[in-house]
Amino acid sequence: MIGWKHGDLLDLNDLTREDIETVIETAKAFKEVSTRDIKKVPALRGKTVVMLFAEPSTRTRISFELAAKRLSADTLNVTVSTSSTQKGETLLDMAKNIEAMNVDMIIVRHKSAGVPQVLARALKPGVINAGDGCRAHPTQALLDMFTIQEKLGRIEGLKVAIIGDILHSRVARSDIDGLVKMGAHVTLCGPSTLMPPGIERQGVGVTYKLDDVLPESDVLMFLRLQKERQEEKYLPSIREYVQHFGLTTERLKRAKKDVLVMHPGPVNRGVELSAEVADGINSVILEQVTNGVAVRMAILYLLFGKKEKVS
Amino acid sequence: MSILIKKAIIINSTSMSKEPQDILIERGSIVKIAAKILDSADKTIEANGKYVLPGLVDLHCHLRDPGFEHKETIETGSRSAAKGGFTTIVCMPNTNPVIDNAKIVEGILKEAKRVGLVHVLPAGAITKGQKGEELADIMELKNAGCAALSDDGRTVHNSQLMRHALEYAKMANLLIMEHCEDPTVSRGSMNEGFYSTLLGLKGIPDIAETIIVARDIELARYLKTRIHFCHMSAKRSVELIRQAKAQGVAVTAESCPHHFSLTEEALQSFNTHTKVNPPLRTKEDVEAIKLGLKDGTIDCISTDHAPHAREEKELEFDASPVGMIGFETALGLAVRELVETKCITWSTLVEKMSFGPAKILGLQNKGEVAEGKDADIVIVDPQKEWVLKEEEIVSKSKNSPFIGQAFKGAVETTICSGKISYQAQ
Repeated sequence: MIGWKHGDLLDLNDLTREDIETVIETAKAFKEVSTRDIKKVPALRGKTVVMLFAEPSTRTRISFELAAKRLSADTLNVTVSTSSTQKGETLLDMAKNIEAMNVDMIIVRHKSAGVPQVLARALKPGVINAGDGCRAHPTQALLDMFTIQEKLGRIEGLKVAIIGDILHSRVARSDIDGLVKMGAHVTLCGPSTLMPPGIERQGVGVTYKLDDVLPESDVLMFLRLQKERQEEKYLPSIREYVQHFGLTTERLKRAKKDVLVMHPGPVNRGVELSAEVADGINSVILEQVTNGVAVRMAILYLLFGKKEKVS
Repeated sequence: MSILIKKAIIINSTSMSKEPQDILIERGSIVKIAAKILDSADKTIEANGKYVLPGLVDLHCHLRDPGFEHKETIETGSRSAAKGGFTTIVCMPNTNPVIDNAKIVEGILKEAKRVGLVHVLPAGAITKGQKGEELADIMELKNAGCAALSDDGRTVHNSQLMRHALEYAKMANLLIMEHCEDPTVSRGSMNEGFYSTLLGLKGIPDIAETIIVARDIELARYLKTRIHFCHMSAKRSVELIRQAKAQGVAVTAESCPHHFSLTEEALQSFNTHTKVNPPLRTKEDVEAIKLGLKDGTIDCISTDHAPHAREEKELEFDASPVGMIGFETALGLAVRELVETKCITWSTLVEKMSFGPAKILGLQNKGEVAEGKDADIVIVDPQKEWVLKEEEIVSKSKNSPFIGQAFKGAVETTICSGKISYQAQ
């Protein structure tokens, strides 16, 4: 692909606006593949893709696996249930072992921020970050942008609100990176205790009132609220959270008629979104999932294109 | 054994010799300083105008022995300290078992004496097992040879217990060195702020430190006793200490080389060698620490030498232990970041790294190159340039974020109790 020079995808900081456009364009072509009767192209035949998941994940793992399989790559799942610390083996050790079996790409999900960086520095195969701690989840942001582009025809100039637990959200961080780079106006909305310090320096607005952003937003992105936040004393109660930051049919009436309601999943029905809203006409949540496969196919394709040129 | 050092520029905390001097050392003491000494000695060292400083004194290090000998031992730690120019070091009690009884203290002192490269002064625990629940046997620790008390790594969080610790330590005439970190506020692995947001790491805000600094200043004021603050990292801590000193509260404080050399931006590499507690903070904090050293708010520089084995540091950032080694880079960093930048003079460096800490511990014969003082001396070549190489580190652990960096000013010879404890090749 013209101009694409990345062998790893660690976060969106590394990508230019043109790179993101390339991903979106490439994903558009691959989306069609998934609608065919025979959902497979030979692009990555003979390549081995390892999914190293050290944190529970169903949809991201399935999405990556389908993407790799539809490109004819061989896939392997490595689920690490305990931290490598407990086994007396360092993370690097494990990764080096996988590398020694001559794999071509490692997709890593880890609860500790920075793990994909460290692996990418130490290993020859390409590394794709499938989510690291609270830091980044670049493919989620790319599929979000792909979905917005597809639905609204553009990203530049749109008003996007990201609502919920920003502090603990790698999705929010990557979406902010990507959307700001693409020229969207991003406003973050959530309880003050769940707003990360210094986030305004990323070029976003901050508000604590959902009603402030509802009328003007073109896109409403909700984040999953972990129930533990109440026990960790960030919130008085889930009940109060829902009253202030949850989207109901009633509240949705204050938004633009054709506003996009997005969520990276899984949705806590009745918390971030009422069931009616999650399944309603503004919701594009399932299309995000569909697009996730196309975007991940695009990423694999682009990264492998680069890797081949190097070797 | 006698040593004659010829033609040395002597640097003390308040003076620097204008002309080269000869220094005669006999039986562990400095017996004579003069422009020309004709006495014969067992060994003669030609200093040729290099600097002679009083041996460096470190109020804060971890020797890991007993219990964590895979990280460091008294022997390897002593060798590392001597290479860094240190002649007296205070080792923290977070060993296994914890230094909270006479037997452990005696064991450490015995082994340190056997090694014989540096004066090792153990800090005893303030509370039994460093658990923060009940006072350790403080009188016993004092009598066994502890030079100070600390629950380093932990704050004595219960204010009433800390009050009693200060009162009791005053009676025992032992200094309490507080690790200032409110555990209910400190929950992360780096400074809280823009960079923790960017890196997705949980933060340790400066208030984790300053809440305890403020509380302890109030305790010291109320009890009319003294307290020492370990490894100060935050601008606001410097301000609180400055104000306390101006109001006559008997507080002293130390900062570490990494806290005036590095900022949180260094963590962007996810190099676990930059993970330290208290965490590397902002540029403003670094400037405030430097100013605090310059204006006397911060009394001394300690290393917080904290060795960890390679397999422990090669973990995920969250899982990796905190700390970096410091003996062998402390002087180099102080010269590079403070003296070369004209923040402080060589004499002030001596005050911060030798005279000041010796005074805080009440070591009257140390911290000064003068007739009658202990022959704890370091000879430094102020012009020599060097690069920190991993294979040249003598500490058992190599966890330094400064590997590959260039320094000016190198330790040539360290003399402890009149014996050469380190000699550069």
